[in-house]
Amino acid sequence: MSETGIGATVLRREDRRFISGRGNYVDDVNRPGQVYAHFVRSPHAHADVKSIDTTAAAAADGVVAVLTGADVAADGLGGLPVGWGITSQDGSPMIEPPWPIIAQDRVRYVGEAVAVVIAATRNQAKDAAELVAVDYNPLPAIISTQDSIKDGVPQVWDDAKHNICFDWGFGDADATNDAFAKASHVTTVDLVNQRLIPNAIEPRSSVADFDSSTGEMTLWCTSQGPHAVRLLLGAFVLQQPEHKFRVVSPDVGGGFGSKIYPYAEYATCCWAARRLGVPVKWTAERSESFLTDAHGRDHITKAELALDGDGRFLGLRVSTIANMGAYLSAFAPLIPTYLYATLFAGQYTTPAIFAEVKAVFTNTTPVDAYRGAGRPEATFMLERLIDAAAKEVGVDPVDIRRRNFIAPEAFPYQTPVALLYDSGNYGAALDKALELSDYAGFEARRKASEAAGKLRGIGISTPIEATGAAPSAIAGQLGARAGLYESAEIRFNATGNVTVFSGSHSHGQGHATSFAQVVSDKLGVPYENIEIVEGDTGRVQMGMGTFGSRSLSVGGSAIVKASEKIIEKGKKIAAHLLEASVDDIEFSGGNFAVKGTDKSVNIAEVAFTAYVPHNYPHFTGDPEADKNALEPGLDEQAFFDPLNFNFPYGAYVCEVEVDPDTGVTEVARFTAIDDVGNVINPMIVHGQIQGGVVQGIGQALLENGVYDQGSGQLLSGSYMDYTMPRADNVPNIDSDLTITPCPMNPLGVKGCGEMGTIGSPPAVINAIIDALSGYGVRHLDMPATPQRVWSAIREARPAA
Amino acid sequence: MYNFEYTKASSAGAAAEALKADEDAKVVAGGMTLIPTLKQRLAQPSTLIDLNGVDDLRGITVTGDTVTIGAMTTHDTVARSAEVAKAIPALAHLAGLIGDPAVRNRGTIGGSISNNDPAADYPGALVGLGATVKTTKREIAADDFFVDLFETALEEDEIVTEVSFPVPEAAWYMKFPNPASRYAIVGVFVAKAKDGVRVAVTGAGPCVFRVPEMEQALSSSWSPDAVADIKVSDDGLNSDIHASAEYRAHLVTVMAKRAVAGAK
Repeated sequence: MSETGIGATVLRREDRRFISGRGNYVDDVNRPGQVYAHFVRSPHAHADVKSIDTTAAAAADGVVAVLTGADVAADGLGGLPVGWGITSQDGSPMIEPPWPIIAQDRVRYVGEAVAVVIAATRNQAKDAAELVAVDYNPLPAIISTQDSIKDGVPQVWDDAKHNICFDWGFGDADATNDAFAKASHVTTVDLVNQRLIPNAIEPRSSVADFDSSTGEMTLWCTSQGPHAVRLLLGAFVLQQPEHKFRVVSPDVGGGFGSKIYPYAEYATCCWAARRLGVPVKWTAERSESFLTDAHGRDHITKAELALDGDGRFLGLRVSTIANMGAYLSAFAPLIPTYLYATLFAGQYTTPAIFAEVKAVFTNTTPVDAYRGAGRPEATFMLERLIDAAAKEVGVDPVDIRRRNFIAPEAFPYQTPVALLYDSGNYGAALDKALELSDYAGFEARRKASEAAGKLRGIGISTPIEATGAAPSAIAGQLGARAGLYESAEIRFNATGNVTVFSGSHSHGQGHATSFAQVVSDKLGVPYENIEIVEGDTGRVQMGMGTFGSRSLSVGGSAIVKASEKIIEKGKKIAAHLLEASVDDIEFSGGNFAVKGTDKSVNIAEVAFTAYVPHNYPHFTGDPEADKNALEPGLDEQAFFDPLNFNFPYGAYVCEVEVDPDTGVTEVARFTAIDDVGNVINPMIVHGQIQGGVVQGIGQALLENGVYDQGSGQLLSGSYMDYTMPRADNVPNIDSDLTITPCPMNPLGVKGCGEMGTIGSPPAVINAIIDALSGYGVRHLDMPATPQRVWSAIREARPAA
Repeated sequence: MYNFEYTKASSAGAAAEALKADEDAKVVAGGMTLIPTLKQRLAQPSTLIDLNGVDDLRGITVTGDTVTIGAMTTHDTVARSAEVAKAIPALAHLAGLIGDPAVRNRGTIGGSISNNDPAADYPGALVGLGATVKTTKREIAADDFFVDLFETALEEDEIVTEVSFPVPEAAWYMKFPNPASRYAIVGVFVAKAKDGVRVAVTGAGPCVFRVPEMEQALSSSWSPDAVADIKVSDDGLNSDIHASAEYRAHLVTVMAKRAVAGAK
C-alpha cells in the first residue's frame, strides 16, 4: 500500500480550503447586475388565497418585479416532478398532486411561497415583501400523521380520500399470517419515528443567469446532483432544453438528502432570470430552511414479531403510516416503501414478512429522504421489536440475535423482501462489538453507576442497510423514473497529470481525496497529479449525483472502469513505443512493460505520446494497415451500473447513564463496528460513521420536528427549540471495522455514509429501556428527552 | 433588519438623555437578544444607542463584603474573574453557564437583566443574593427590579449602570438547561447570608421568583434534605415543547437540593 493509494489514511485535501475560508459556495457566486429574490410565504397551514395585491410592493424602492402563482400559470411552467411511482395494493397508482413552484389559489403548509419579490438588494426585496397584501381564507388543517386517515378530518387533496396518497403492500401476506398462526409467542410494539429537520450547515441557495442571445441558462444551486436538477427542472418545469441549461453545484455545505431535490426556489430564480433578463439570486435564511427544506422520517408504526418456542423468528408483520407532508417531494414515495420494507429481514432469517404502508398527506412541509432514508425507520422498528421480544421471552438480546442471524455460509442469501444479500458475517461483527465495548464488564459499570445514584443500561443493535443505488433495471421495475448508474471520465493531460470528472457530488464526503486515491492506485499516477472535478453539468458528463451512500461503490467503480479503458489504450501506445505486441504489454505501478524484459515506459510518457503523436501509426484508409492505427489522446469515459445494491452491516453497542431524578440521559459509551467492505481512506470512513452515529444520537435523544397540532405552525423552527446534537452530547465513539469485500463492484466497497445514522437510534433507546427496566419501563418514544424519560419513570414507578 | 440610525453613547447619562429625546430609540449592550430580534424584523427602532464605548460601565470591584459589576461587563469576564470566583464562586459559575462562548463574550450583565428574559440566568443570582441594581436615576433592590415577563422596574429613559452583590456565606446555582437554546428551563440559586437564606428560581416561571418555604426550611437546616420534600406548585409555571409546568415544578426541587449540596 502506498502512502496515498487505496487503504491509506490521507488527510482531506479539500479541508485546507474549507477551514481557511476559501470554499466557493453558491452564496459566494455573484453575477454582474444580479438582483435578489425574496419569497412571500404563507403564514397559514391551509388556506384559500382569495387575492394577492402586489401594487404597493411593485412600486417600492428597488423592486424589479413581483411575481405570483398567476404569473407562473400564465407562463405555462410545469409543476415540480416526482421521480418514483408507487402502486397501491388495489392496483391504483399513487395520488400525484400538482405542485406549482408558487402556490395558486390554495396554500397547504406554513412556509409555502405565494409570491416572490425581486429587487436590487436583499433588504429592498424584504421591505417590499411586507407590502404584498395576500387575502387568505384560512381552512382547517390536518397536521397529525396518526389522525390524518381518520374520518372527518380536513382533506389536503380532494383526490386523496382520507388523505391517502397510496396504500402499499409488500411481501407475502398469507405466509406471514400462517407464521403468526403457529407462533408460540407474538411481540408487538407501537413506534413513532419522529419528524426530523435536516439542518445542513449551509442554507439552500441559487443564482440563475440567462443569456438571451444564446438561450443558455446557467443555474448555480446547492445540489447533491446537478445533472438531475438540470433534467428535472429543465424538462418538467422550465421547458429549458438540456443542451442549453448548465447547472453548477460548487462547494456544498452538507446535504443529508435535503439537497437532492429540484426545489421551487431554484426554478423560480431561473424563470425570473429568463423573464426579466437579469441574474437572480436567492439564499435561504435559517428560518426558511427549517420551513422549506424537505423534512425526514415521520412514521407511525405497529410491528409484530412471531416467534417459536426457541426464540426463532417465524414472521414479521408491519403496518406504517408515513407522512408525506402537503406535496409529494421528488423521491418521497420511494422512502417508506422500497427503501424501507426491503430491509425488514435485517440480518435475520425471518422467513415470512409482510408490510403495509399508507402514505398520507398532511398540512406540513414535504418529507423526503434524509440520511438513511427509510432504512433508519426499518432498523429502528426491527431492532426495537427484537429487543422487546427478547425481554418478553426471557432471552438475552445478544442470544436472540445470534439465534436468528443469516449464517456466513448462506450467501448469496435471498430475503423474503426482494433483496439478495451478497455477503456477510454478522456474528463476527457482533463478537467484535461485544469485545470492544467490554460487554462482559457492563455489570461492574452498572453497579458503579448505581452507587452514584444513576441508572446504567446497555443496548444493542445489529443493523443492515442497502446502499449504492443501484441497478437501473431493478429500480425501473420498482417504479424509478430515472436510471441509477454513475459516470466517470479520466482525462490525461499531455504533461502526464490527470483530471477526473465524476458524476458524483461531494458535499462533505471527501471525494477529492478518496477518488484521487483510487485513481493513483489504479494508474500509478502520483496522488498530487490528480484533480477531481464534480458538480458542473458544463464540465462533467451525465451523472446521477450523491445520495444513498452510492458515490464510492457506483461512482468509484465508474472511475475504475474508466481507468481500465485508459490502461487498455495505454497498452496499445506502449506497444508502439516499445516495438512489441500489445499482448505482451503488462501494466503495473504506472509502468507499461514488455513481458519478460526490462523494457518499459511510464504512463506519463504514454500520455505525452498520445498528445504529441509525431510517430504514430496514423489512419491511412488502408483497412489492413489501419488495424494498427492509434487514436491520439488519452481520455476515457465509463458508466457503471451495478448488478445489485450492496449491503453494509454492523453491530452497535450503546451504554447510557440515566439520572432518575431529572430524566437526563447521558450516552456514556458507544461502540460501532461496521462492515463497509474494502476501505479506501480509513480516516474518512471512520469520520462518516462517527458523524452518522452523532446524527443518530441526535434522533434518539434530541431532535424533534414539532408542529402545533391546530394551527400547523412549526414550533421547532429555530435552534432555540430544535435540538441539534453538539459535542457535549456525545461520548468518544469507538468505531472499528470488519472487512468483507463486496463482490458486486470492482473495488469491493460498500456505502459507509449512512450506517451510523441507521444503526445508532435503536441501540440508544434499547439502552435507555434497559436502564429503566427496574421500573418496568417497556417503551419510550424518540427523542428520549429528559421529560419523557422522567415521565416514563414516574408512570412506571409504583406510587410512593 | 429594518434601517435604523446608529450612535455611540459617550456615557450612560448621555444614552439616557438620548432615550428621553426619542422614544423609538433603543440602547444596545451586548445585543444578544436585540440583534436577532432586529434580524427577524420583530423590532424597528429609530436609533440604536450603543453603550459599548462607555468604558466606565465595565469592570468588577470587590470590596470586603460586596462585589460590584459594571453593566457592560461581559459574562465571560465575570466567569473568568478570579476575584469573583473567590468572593462569590456561585456567581462566576453562573456566568460561565450562560449561552455559549460567543454569547458570553458579547453578552453583558446590564443587557441581560434589563431584558429580563424569563429563562435568563442572571435574575436568579440577583434575587438569590439580594443584589442592588444601580441605574442612571436610582438604586433598585433586585426583588423590586424584576417585575414580570420581559418587564423590569426600569423607566423608559433609565439605564442600568452597575449591580452590587453582597458576599454570602455560601451560595450555589444549579441550572437545568434547555437542550436546544441552553437557556434555563429551571435555574435555582440558593444563598445563605447573614440576613438570611434566599432561594431564587429562574426559567420555571414568567419571571424569577423566590420560594419562601424552602428559604424557611433552609434557615432551620442548611442541608439538601431540608428542601427534598418541598414542592412548588406548577400553577402558572412555563410550559413548552421541552418541559411541562409539572416537570419544571419537579426540577425546582431537584435543582434546589443540588444547589444546596454544592454550595460554597
